[in-house]
Amino acid sequence: MADNDNQNVIDQPEVMKPRMVTIEIAGKKVDVPEGITVVRAMWYAGIDVVRGVGCLGGFCGACATYYRTKDDPKVRTCLACQMAVQDGMSFTMMPPFPARKATYDIQTLQDPKQDLFNLYPEAPLCRNCNACTEACPQKIDVREGVWKAVFGDFKSVSEMFMDCVMCGMCTPVCIADIAPNLVALYVSRAQGAHFTDKPVGLDTRIKEIQEDTYKDEWAKILKMNEKELAEHCATVK
Amino acid sequence: MDIHALQQIVHKTRDARRKQTIPKFSPADRDQLIHKYHPDFRASAYRQIKFGPNGGDKTVIELATLLEGDSSIQDNTDLTPHHTCDVLVIGGGGAGCAAALHAHGAGAKTILATKLRLGDSNSVMAQGGMQISVAPEDSPVTHFIDTLKGGHMENDHALLKVMVEDGPSIAKWLLELGVLFDRQADGNLHVKKGGGSSKPRLLTCSDYTGLEIMRVLKDEVINQKIQLLEFAAAVEMLSDDQGACTGAIFKDLDNQRQVVVAAKSVILATGGIGRLHIQGFPTSNHYGATGDGLCLAYRMGAKLAHVDTFQYHPSGAVYPEQLIGALVTEGIRSEGGHLVNAKGERFVNELDTRDVVSSSIIRECEEGRGIRTMSGRVGVWLDTPLLDAEHGAGTVEKHFPAMMMQFERFGIDISKDPVLIYPTLHYQNGGVKIDTNSETNVKNLFVAGEASGGLHGRNRLMGNSLLDLMVFGKRSGLTAAGRAKSMKQGALTLKHVQQFRAEAKKHGNASGVISPMILPAYTRKVG
Repeated sequence: MADNDNQNVIDQPEVMKPRMVTIEIAGKKVDVPEGITVVRAMWYAGIDVVRGVGCLGGFCGACATYYRTKDDPKVRTCLACQMAVQDGMSFTMMPPFPARKATYDIQTLQDPKQDLFNLYPEAPLCRNCNACTEACPQKIDVREGVWKAVFGDFKSVSEMFMDCVMCGMCTPVCIADIAPNLVALYVSRAQGAHFTDKPVGLDTRIKEIQEDTYKDEWAKILKMNEKELAEHCATVK
Repeated sequence: MDIHALQQIVHKTRDARRKQTIPKFSPADRDQLIHKYHPDFRASAYRQIKFGPNGGDKTVIELATLLEGDSSIQDNTDLTPHHTCDVLVIGGGGAGCAAALHAHGAGAKTILATKLRLGDSNSVMAQGGMQISVAPEDSPVTHFIDTLKGGHMENDHALLKVMVEDGPSIAKWLLELGVLFDRQADGNLHVKKGGGSSKPRLLTCSDYTGLEIMRVLKDEVINQKIQLLEFAAAVEMLSDDQGACTGAIFKDLDNQRQVVVAAKSVILATGGIGRLHIQGFPTSNHYGATGDGLCLAYRMGAKLAHVDTFQYHPSGAVYPEQLIGALVTEGIRSEGGHLVNAKGERFVNELDTRDVVSSSIIRECEEGRGIRTMSGRVGVWLDTPLLDAEHGAGTVEKHFPAMMMQFERFGIDISKDPVLIYPTLHYQNGGVKIDTNSETNVKNLFVAGEASGGLHGRNRLMGNSLLDLMVFGKRSGLTAAGRAKSMKQGALTLKHVQQFRAEAKKHGNASGVISPMILPAYTRKVG
């Protein structure tokens, strides 16, 4: 048993001998255990984090962070809850960026592909610098997406941006002042609301419910006593 | 041992396992398993709530402590309102957004307040999908029966019936707002089979269902120009002389100021309790899941239901350290992923209900068939590469892009190697008791979503949460808005707090803590 136990233990040198590393948080040097996440490093350093933490699962985009690794001039982006710290790393959280979001009534749009240019007139001004794509922590080809939006290929945009967590890191880097994530959000919603088939089966089911098609089944089930109901449930597999 | 060496047994046994069928447990075996291994049955983790609407009932110690906690608000606080509205929604996740949109749509002056940003919630992380009976071979009645079985027959029938019947129209509403649900070739909605369900019923947006719905709902809340109070944490409710709810007091987390909001009705959509780390469990929940709504409603006299039962999602990540507690979506098991112990054996039908699967994983680990990490955790394998073997190369990447990316960041390719998992605290099965309009026993106090209780019985079925949020968000929003036209704003008092304090005094100020918690105390104080 003990032998078997030892066989089934995963090596984790970082846990057995935790190594402290020196990192910089917003320019200040602190020592933290190697390999913890960026947001945990902030907590470890005694920093209260209110803004900048959300789902802690890599989905909400609240913890957009700029970071640089030792001796590398390149400033990169990450989600603080999804990135492990390493020695010499330097990071700072991105404050909320005042991007302009257009407002619209998605359902009453008359010509969504044309409306894009009224809502986001800057969208066609992309100068192909590719900074947005490089800034995306979700590895979306953002630049390509902006061009596809402009050329009316809304379907591709909606597929490419399904991974978008709306962290907004593509926005401050844009030299044409485009907010690509907001453009893609509009395009995806327009794709769903205007250019996607209406599912016939869904309407049928809604009609059935409105017409009380299941009336007899409900009546039967709802008047059962506990025991009858349990027996009935056991028959549904 | 090196993790890759330990994973070999999963690769070696894959072909043999593919030929196996593991039957589901009989009702008797299932009850026995749950009673022996499910954390809900660990008596030492529970105690009686000393007073209040559920005085004498048992719940976990962490929650009992907060429910008995004192308010941070003093009796002589200035209650002059900073904002006045018809409907005040507290919480910015799925239920809160749905409630605010429907209340606003029905003509009510609506405010949505949340202690984080709009949308920072558990809803955004929901990967598995949303159960709605849209397939021809399925029906709302079957959905009802499946949910009832999953909930150990303790679900509130009236709540459950309205949820399954409202489902299809909710799908239509979301489609009209532009939500991109996965489709079949014929244009109909694609449905997947979820754990504990007899029919394929899960609507999905690849493994980003919650994210996609929340992106759209957040955008819509902003487009509709609904007034937002972000980083505003609710710290107390307001009541009139008769005890009806008339508003709430917030703490602005940016400047620590108090904000008083007068409202004809209040909808609490504050979500769950994962960040209380009940019984020391890691959690899949978001930063703010500290059960605030339960404490606030309880002090007002709202009765809670099923607060002794919590859902431990079977597959929380155990390795690497950075992902501990993070969810590995149930979708993997829906598509045929096996759970495998250290001996290379399957030990449960992977599509059984969450409580059964979690209990069986805990059994394997307690009986020495788990895989341990040096940080003292233990788990079993989830055979993710099996999906590519079964359905063709690229399946994992195509169907679970979010999962792939999450592990890829730490150098793990889940399409090639299995992942180590153990149950993680995921969901509060119970909550504040509501009626079919989402109203509590306190007049004009509504609760929607995870903070409410009764609908899911003792175990929520996968995919029913997203639907719960939308259905009861809508019902609460419409009911509150409908009522606003014919009523006046009630007086703003703290009578309920005074009464609660008097009661607490009789019980020796039971827990001595201030509640709600607002955010977990993760910041290291010494250093």
